[in-house]
Order: sequence, then C-alpha cells, then structure tokens
Amino acid sequence: MNDESVQRTEAAGDAVAEAINRRYSAGFVTDIESESLPPGLDEEVVRAISARKHEPEWMTEWRLAAYRHWLTMQNPHWAKLRIAPIDFQAISYFSRPKNRPKSLDEVDPKLLETYDRLGVPLHERARLAGVAVDAVFDSVSVGTTFRKELADAGVIFCSMSEAIREYPDLVRKYLGSVVPPGDNYFAALNSAVFSDGSFVFVPKGVRCPMELSTYFRINARDTGQFERTLLIAEEGASVSYLEGCTAPMRDENQLHAAVVELVALDDASIKYSTVQNWYPGDENGVGGIYNFVTKRGDCRGARSKISWTQVETGSAITWKYPSCVLRGDDSVGEFNSVALTHHRQQADTGTKMIHIGKNTKSKIVSKGISAGRGQNTYRGLVKVEKGAEGARNHTQCDSLLIGKKCGAHTFPYIEVKHPGAIVEHEATTSKISEDQLFYCLSRGIGEEDAVSMIVDGFCKQVFKELPMEFAVEAKKLLEVSLEGAVG
Amino acid sequence: MTMLHIDDLHVRVAGKEILKGLSLAVNAGEVHAIMGPNGAGKSTLGNVLAGREGYEATRGSIVYNGKNLLELAPEERAAEGVFLAFQYPVEIPGVNNTYFLKAALNAQRKHRGEGELDSMQFLKLVRAKLGVLHISDELLHRAVNAGFSGGEKKRNEIFQMALLEPKLAILDETDSGLDIDALRMVADGVNAMRDPARAFVVITHYQRLLDYIVPDFVHVMVDGRIVESGDKSLALKLEEHGYAWIAERRVPDQIGAA
Repeated sequence: MNDESVQRTEAAGDAVAEAINRRYSAGFVTDIESESLPPGLDEEVVRAISARKHEPEWMTEWRLAAYRHWLTMQNPHWAKLRIAPIDFQAISYFSRPKNRPKSLDEVDPKLLETYDRLGVPLHERARLAGVAVDAVFDSVSVGTTFRKELADAGVIFCSMSEAIREYPDLVRKYLGSVVPPGDNYFAALNSAVFSDGSFVFVPKGVRCPMELSTYFRINARDTGQFERTLLIAEEGASVSYLEGCTAPMRDENQLHAAVVELVALDDASIKYSTVQNWYPGDENGVGGIYNFVTKRGDCRGARSKISWTQVETGSAITWKYPSCVLRGDDSVGEFNSVALTHHRQQADTGTKMIHIGKNTKSKIVSKGISAGRGQNTYRGLVKVEKGAEGARNHTQCDSLLIGKKCGAHTFPYIEVKHPGAIVEHEATTSKISEDQLFYCLSRGIGEEDAVSMIVDGFCKQVFKELPMEFAVEAKKLLEVSLEGAVG
Repeated sequence: MTMLHIDDLHVRVAGKEILKGLSLAVNAGEVHAIMGPNGAGKSTLGNVLAGREGYEATRGSIVYNGKNLLELAPEERAAEGVFLAFQYPVEIPGVNNTYFLKAALNAQRKHRGEGELDSMQFLKLVRAKLGVLHISDELLHRAVNAGFSGGEKKRNEIFQMALLEPKLAILDETDSGLDIDALRMVADGVNAMRDPARAFVVITHYQRLLDYIVPDFVHVMVDGRIVESGDKSLALKLEEHGYAWIAERRVPDQIGAA
C-alpha cells in the first residue's frame, strides 16, 4: 500500500464521517424508549422489553422460552480468567444510557488525547465519548444514499428490531439456527433480552456492492449490552461486514454479551471483520468492559466460505471464540486474529472449527501480543467429525511478548474422528529482541516507531485480511495501544 | 576539524573493562583499518560508537564533529551520520526491507530538518544506488535480513550504507564469513562511496579485505588499546609475523593523525 492510496483512503474516510454526522436518516432510528426498566430480570421484564419494541407474539414467545431455559443453566467458569461474579439481578435490561457527559469538557482528558493520537475527526469525538448529541437534521444523508444502492441490489441491511417487524419470515427462518438459545449461558441470556443489532440479507447471486459497516447504523452505540446480529448470504451471494471502531468505546454497562450468527448457503461467502477497542479500564483494570461474545458461522451450503478477521485490543476481560461449522461439502472456514493485552487485561480467545461435510478446509492464524501485565490465552478447537472425509486444517498460533511481566498461554484442542484428516498446528513464541530494537535505533528509527514496526510485521498476515480502511486504523490502534510497552 | 576524536576511552561491558584507554583520531576522507586478535575489543569499539546499551564509558571522551557523542542516543547518532555495519545483522521478520529503509532514511532526514521522501522519490534513490553497487533488487522485496545468507546480509549492510550516506561508516568485521566474490562486492561498494567528506573505520581480522579496501592508516588493537599504528604496510607485516610480534613492540604515545 503506498502513501498516496493511504492518504486517499483517509480523506475518503473523513468525508464520509462528516456526511454521516450531519444527518441521521429516519430509517435508522432505533426503538429505544425514553424510560429505563428498573434492575432485575424476570418474565415481566422480558415481556416488557418485547412490548416496547412492538414485537410480534412469536418473538415474545421465543424470548420467554430462552429465558426459561436460562434459569436452568449455570454461570460458567474459566480456568485462567479472574473475574468478580456478575450479579444478573443488579443489571437493568432496558436502559437509556444515563450520566452522559454534557460536552467534551466533561470527558476524561486521557480519552480525548487518545482520539487525537488515533486521528479521530473532531466531530466524531463527541459521539464516541458518549456526549448526548442533539440530532441536527440536514437534507442529504450518506445513510440514505447507501440504503438506495443496497435496495437496488436487493440487499437488506437494517436493525434487528426493524427486521423483526418488516421481514419476520426471514428472521424466523434463521434466528437461533446457528446459535440456539440453549447453546450456552450467555447465548440464552442474550436470546431473552437482546436489545438490537444488525440484520443483513443478501439474496441469491448478489455480490453486495459495498462493505457494510455498523458505522452506518448510527445508533449502534445504543444497542446496549446484549447485541444480536444475523447475517444471511443465499446461494452464490457474497458480503463483507465490518464491525467496531478503533476509538475506545466507553460504556457504563460493564457486561457485553452479544450473539452473532452467520449463514452461508451454497457457493456463498461471508467476510466478517471486527476491530474492537472496548475501554480496558485504567492501568489497574478497574472499570473496564467484560466482553463475552458468541459468534458462529454456519457454512450450510456446499462450497460456502466464512472468514472471521479480528483485531482486539480492548476490554478488561475478553471471552470470544468466533467459530465455523463446516457443514457443506467443500466449505471453507477461516479465522485471522490479532489480540493485544496490555496493563492488566486478560483475554481468553480463539476459535472453533467443526468439520462435518466432505473435503472441508479450515485455516487459523492467531497472533497474540502481550505487554505490561497482560495475559493472553489462545483456546482453539479443531474438531473433525466421523463423516468428514478429506478434512484439512492448518493452525498457526504465534505469541509476541513485550517486557518481562506479561504472559501468553495456548490451549489447542484437537479432536479427530476421521482417520484421513490432516491437521497441522504450528506455534511460535518470541520476544522483541534487544538486537532487533538496537538495529532499528542504529539506523535512526526511534524506539516507539521500532516497536510498532516490528509488531506490525508480526501482525501483517492478519492485517492483510482486513478491508483496507480497517487495516490502516488497526495499525494506528496497535501503535497507540502499545505506548509505554517497552521500558 | 578532526571528524572523530577518541581520547583515552575506557569502556566496561557486563562489569568487565574491555577498552582500557583507547585513543584514535579520524579525519574526513580517511580510511582507517583496525586489526587485532580475538578479545581485543574491536567489536566493543564499534558498539560504543553506535551507542548500544550496556556499554558504559567510565573514562575518556568521544568527540564527533565537535559534539560529545556519548551524550547522543543511537538514533540521534545515526541522524548525525554515524553508521555501523554489523558483524551479525539481525533478522526482522515481517518488516519489509524497503519499508524499513525508507523509515530509517526519513527519520534521519526529519531529525536533520530535511524534507522526507515520498515513496516515488525513495524508490528512485534506491534504484540509483542498486545500480552503483550492482546489487539485484531482489532484496528489496524481502523482510529485513530474513532468510538472507551471510553474504546477502553483509551486502544489505553495504546497501543500507549507500542509501543512508553516513559521514562516519564503521564496518564491524564485514568480511567475516564471506567468500572471495562476496568480499570483492562489498569492497567495491565501499570504494564507490569513498569521498573527501566521508571517513571509514574498517574493523577486520584478516589482511585480505585490505587488499581491496586500501587503508590510509592501520591500527592494531590489543587488550583494549591501540598499541601500534602505521600505513598499509603494517597490515602486511602483521600477516607475515602474527599479532605476537606487536606485543613485543613499544606503545607509541600519539596515535594516528591529529
């Protein structure tokens, strides 16, 4: 990527951001009402949530069934994470974000400094910092333009709430088919009380004409803690979806338990990219976000392909395993990840590749960077079922340690029930050596730039899977996140 | 003004004194060779000049173009025109060689208040230098030293030197591990860069390299000090008689040209 194209991209990004900020199109307003529900969870709360969203009866029933199932489940424990127990009755399940700063003057100056370093345009900072922004409406909206282009192509991209009302058949057909409510504790909870999320449907043979992004769903921030996303690509369809943002996202909700389901039919392909930088808490990890997410892709059709690409540098605690179920013959699953832990962050992340159909392939590239006192754990499962003839997996799991107080742990699980399967696992652990640093210094490159360069080289394999704008942001994000890591 | 003036330098590494009163004066346009047996402290001298951490100067001074070199950070020294060609260049996987060099050159230019080069300008410069050195552009596409043979790594060092155009180039046993052809190539590169404004300090074990890079001055280092200096014929005498011969001679008071 040369300098010119980077400049063009940045300029384009700025222009788009500016246009979006000028107007919020009517179609994107969510259904969050002005009052919050008191804390606590019972059937009445579930009904109330459903009622406020004007959901049809079947949806309310679906939520209730999930809630009842949740009651029978146990809060899981993870060996290598240290978290205080979460009191589910102390959480409000439908709340309007309160205690919002009234202006940028009330925002933590350190946060503002980060926006500066990341090059976040000025008009974006207020929104990201959670300042209550008065919607000022203008006549032209980027959101509207894109919606038209998508509509012409037949692509549906809207909020989950809207989809439940406007496209109930589609939602009913696919919701919960990849992550059933009973799948795990947090999925059950999410199914009962989910607030909002994205719904994407790409019809047969359509290549979605642009990269979809949560950026365009203006109120993405207000979806609260239980986000639910459903993405469907019919036969021969393809789509690329971007989630997240590099500026640290503040949220007084400490627990984030989202569910993302992807469905790819015959010859379809879905690329799902995430760049997330949840607020990690202060240097002692206090006040950070717990990010527990269930993300799963079902390669339902033959020759379908789903790839997950993520760059995660935030959260106090991260627990996520974007997975692929390789059901269709000749289907392909990919997972590319860079996870950075710094200060006192803990991350337990990885992926699950389940090989079921014939001649399925999966590729895993996991890059973990630990700095400060960060603890980074990769937990991966490669499962080859009995009938999965011709299954192939390649896993590459690399850890980079910066400094003397951090840790990297790897737990690869391999379960193979078909004798012909080929499963390869490679792992490396390395430090940024003093020799490498001195080499850079002796050529005139400053220490922080040298560390960035070396870390970037380490992550390159993953970055090149990201859509270009995200790759540029991700690089910058790592640079900022690694500040003070050496020394 | 003398470009480099080292005066009675004592350096400690890992608690042990390696340089024990080294003095040396180098002027622009000169090529100085430093020879000596293993353990003499030759590499230590190179590392101290480049500013590597862990090398503590306990006594003496290094003045470079009127500045106290010991007070400058390694990247500042680089921007001031000091270049060390490493004996064992380290690999940096994933970092493209061209990208690395552009970052280095621009960092130095920025420090000196010169404008930075954009990709086009940089590539033009690169191709010009490759031509002069007769090096293939293949090494441009690879990661820094990753998968390079010993000879290729040394060639990459010389290429970097050509690109960064230092004022004081220190070659730390650049000839070690090279066959005759590679040696010639390295020597050609260095000779192509000889200039009245540039000085070379060539640290070497064997006289052989000096057949190709003909020095103005030869110094012999033994046990942390320079014990003998002369012209290129000194190197030939060393080859003939070995280092033990030096130990028997007196240590002159003034070394090199002031």
